Amino acid sequence: MSADVPADVPVDVRGLVKRFGRTAALDGLDLRVEQGEIHGFIGPNGSGKTTTLRVLLGLIRPDAGHVRVLGGDARRDAVELHRRMAYVPGDVSLWPDLTGGEVIDFLGALRGGLDVARRDALVERFALDPTTRSRAYSRGNRQKVALVAALSSDVELLVLDEPTTGLDPLVDAEFRRVLGEERDRGRTVLLSSHVLSEVEALADRMTIIRRGRTVESGSLPELRHLCRTTVTAELAAPVPRTDDLAGVHLGEVRGRVVVCDVDPAAMDGLMRRLSAAGIVRLEVRPPSLEQVFLAEFAPTTREASA
Amino acid sequence: MTGGPPGAATLQSWTGGGVLLRRALHRERVRLPVTVAALAGTAALSAAATDALYVDPAERGAAVGAITASPALLAMYGPLSGDGAAGALALWKLGVLGAAAAAVVAVLVVVRHTRAEEDGGRTELVASAGAGRWAPTAAAGLTATTFAAGLTLVTATALAAAGLGWGGALAFAATWGGAALVFAGVGLLTAEIAGSARVATTLAVLGVVAAYLVRAVGDATGGTSTWMVWVSPLGWGERVDPFGARHWWVLAIPPAVALTLLGAALAVRGRRDLGTGLLHARPGRAEASPLLRGPVGLAVHRERGLFAVATAAFAVVGAVAGSVTSQLGGMLDSVRMRQVVTALGGAHAMSDAFLVAEFGLLASAASLVVAAAVLRMAAEERSGRADAVLSAPVGRARWFLAHLGVAAAGGLVMLAVGGAAAGVTHGTATTGTEVVRLTAAALAQAPAVLFVACLAAAGYGLARRSVPLVWLVVAGLVTVAELGPVLGAPSWVLDLSPFTHVPHLPGGAVDVAAVLATLAVAIVIAGVGAAAFRQRDLA
Ligand SMILES: Nc1ncnc2c1ncn2[C@@H]1O[C@H](COP(=O)(O)OP(=O)(O)O)[C@@H](O)[C@H]1O
Ligand SMILES: [Mg+2]
Repeated sequence: MSADVPADVPVDVRGLVKRFGRTAALDGLDLRVEQGEIHGFIGPNGSGKTTTLRVLLGLIRPDAGHVRVLGGDARRDAVELHRRMAYVPGDVSLWPDLTGGEVIDFLGALRGGLDVARRDALVERFALDPTTRSRAYSRGNRQKVALVAALSSDVELLVLDEPTTGLDPLVDAEFRRVLGEERDRGRTVLLSSHVLSEVEALADRMTIIRRGRTVESGSLPELRHLCRTTVTAELAAPVPRTDDLAGVHLGEVRGRVVVCDVDPAAMDGLMRRLSAAGIVRLEVRPPSLEQVFLAEFAPTTREASA
Repeated sequence: MTGGPPGAATLQSWTGGGVLLRRALHRERVRLPVTVAALAGTAALSAAATDALYVDPAERGAAVGAITASPALLAMYGPLSGDGAAGALALWKLGVLGAAAAAVVAVLVVVRHTRAEEDGGRTELVASAGAGRWAPTAAAGLTATTFAAGLTLVTATALAAAGLGWGGALAFAATWGGAALVFAGVGLLTAEIAGSARVATTLAVLGVVAAYLVRAVGDATGGTSTWMVWVSPLGWGERVDPFGARHWWVLAIPPAVALTLLGAALAVRGRRDLGTGLLHARPGRAEASPLLRGPVGLAVHRERGLFAVATAAFAVVGAVAGSVTSQLGGMLDSVRMRQVVTALGGAHAMSDAFLVAEFGLLASAASLVVAAAVLRMAAEERSGRADAVLSAPVGRARWFLAHLGVAAAGGLVMLAVGGAAAGVTHGTATTGTEVVRLTAAALAQAPAVLFVACLAAAGYGLARRSVPLVWLVVAGLVTVAELGPVLGAPSWVLDLSPFTHVPHLPGGAVDVAAVLATLAVAIVIAGVGAAAFRQRDLA
């Protein structure tokens, strides 16, 4: 591989293509995860998240593209790489006649043993009953079993495919805390999701994909440049004209209340205009990831509404 | 969906049953016709082949006498219908066993469309789309009824085509259909009671085994014990006496019992929550046993139930075969019977020929069990459980060979236990040497079983979707082995089957080169499969 790529980049994917029959599930996807970060991997259902993660695990073979995981080849070096990474699939399926505890220990044993104290602590924190047979577990509980198994093994890279689907809010919150602790311990986490709030709160950087292609990648502040801040203001005087200001998109005017979306560059001009009319109340909402997401996935509706 | 808007369907209703039935029949469109054809074909071939061996009525009478005098034979196959009438002798061996096979198929069908769907979460989906509570049960029941009716009609037609009278053919075929119907009802009920598809299937299949054993005791002891035949659903077929008195009214019992069981199943279903059963799972261990450490430990854990049941069955069959051989005297008085037995095994000593035939049967059965165990890999892959193991530091080849190795070892244990059990009941003064001799004889079939295991593994390794094809090939090899020699198949057909190339012990010659060649081909095939599996996508 090229010399400028350090061997310890946890995930380095460029131009990844994967076809199933005639449909291309991945169509030139790029993904780069840096050491020690929580990386959000976001896209709508069917956009290729699971396919990408399974390529990283060597479970499926890419048709084209450059794929390096922890400095190795995902397929050829699979066994060695898997000692240093753990995977939680999106739809966890367990052996029905094994208990959750047995599954956790078994998956740990495949890695040469797990941290027993950590396992017990996680079982406690996730409120998991390890004596229940897997067939009786709900989806959320199966997810917890897989998470405990992955989190209590000593690995550098955690690959989690929509891990919180099915978790109840309390466990979800606990999971976020645990993930923060993992980052503090220096682990790298690749976390796929279509639940944006989850990634927004957790991720250091993120990659947004759509139809098997990377649309954007960066930290949340970087991505926010893509997106308009929503300003709601109640004024003392009638709402002034704003249509001459480039980058201000008028939403609606209700009496003396105005709502508009503002490009970052146009904020200053808008504020001057509004304060001239006398601001009674002002609400400035930074773009949520939801909006970044919508901006990426529905550019036409956005254009139409502007 | 045919139902009204979601939520409009009342709890106790059949709404949506038609859609579910169509879906179920579509899913079974290959499996059930193939099963029906296999059972009906076996019956027709037996009818055609065996009657050709008994042209002389006197010899027929001798064979009949031998069978009726042997409690072991009566226990295993049931009594002869109508003193040696045409067809009776031909289908004697198939009556109870065929009914049991049809019963097991019916159980698998109904559980597949009820509890297994529920385990997979699809029942909930269907219910939320407006299907009534009773619809899945009704659809599964009707699917099984279709199977039972099809089996009856096709088998009767095949037997008639093979030269039997229509009355006997229809009555005989209906005993199979009846058994399927009753155990479809049993399956529907256990599907409601048990907490999972696996437990439901196990309970219902244990029911089939119990029915078989109860009537076996009844038949063997005779006289005052006939009530044991009457309480067993597999005994009703005998009571129909298809080639003798032909009691048609007995055939009314299975549908009546099946309907009663259906009612009971619906009653339980109305009372329980979706996703639960009446039997609650006991809590298990919080930590894994040290044996459950790697792919081999997991494969052993997955397959041990299957192999325990199969090994127990082999012990029983082996023991019965051993004791039957020591009672062969009377039976072999008939020249024709002598020919039957030798046709099954070759020109060896009589009792040895019988054992060779039995061990051949055991090897065929073992290879089916072993293939099922090997192909469990496909279920592991489809469910995503293989992902969990193979995303740990476990190489593909290691996982693949662990399954193959465990399945092969299980097959060897089954053969050894079957042979040893035959040795125990066969020998009298020299039990020790008999056990060793017959264990070795049974194990002589092992290369063929290992060959089937490797072939199944290779098929799976090449593509998960090839599994149905693998089953067809395995069934073909077993059929050639079991029926080929009796039907006088050309030698190139026989040579295709690995069962042709193993030593037929006791008594036969040991062709070391053929054994080694069989094993070598098996290993090469398995190696090709493992290599392909390492390359391909998991899906
Ligand atoms: N084994 C497969 N065979 C055929 N198509 C597949 C397979 N796996 C995924 N796909 C298709 O690839 C696309 C991406 O799927 P996936 O990676 O599961 O998306 P996501 O995880 O983002 O929801 C989808 O259109 C899906 O239908
Ligand atoms: Mg997915």
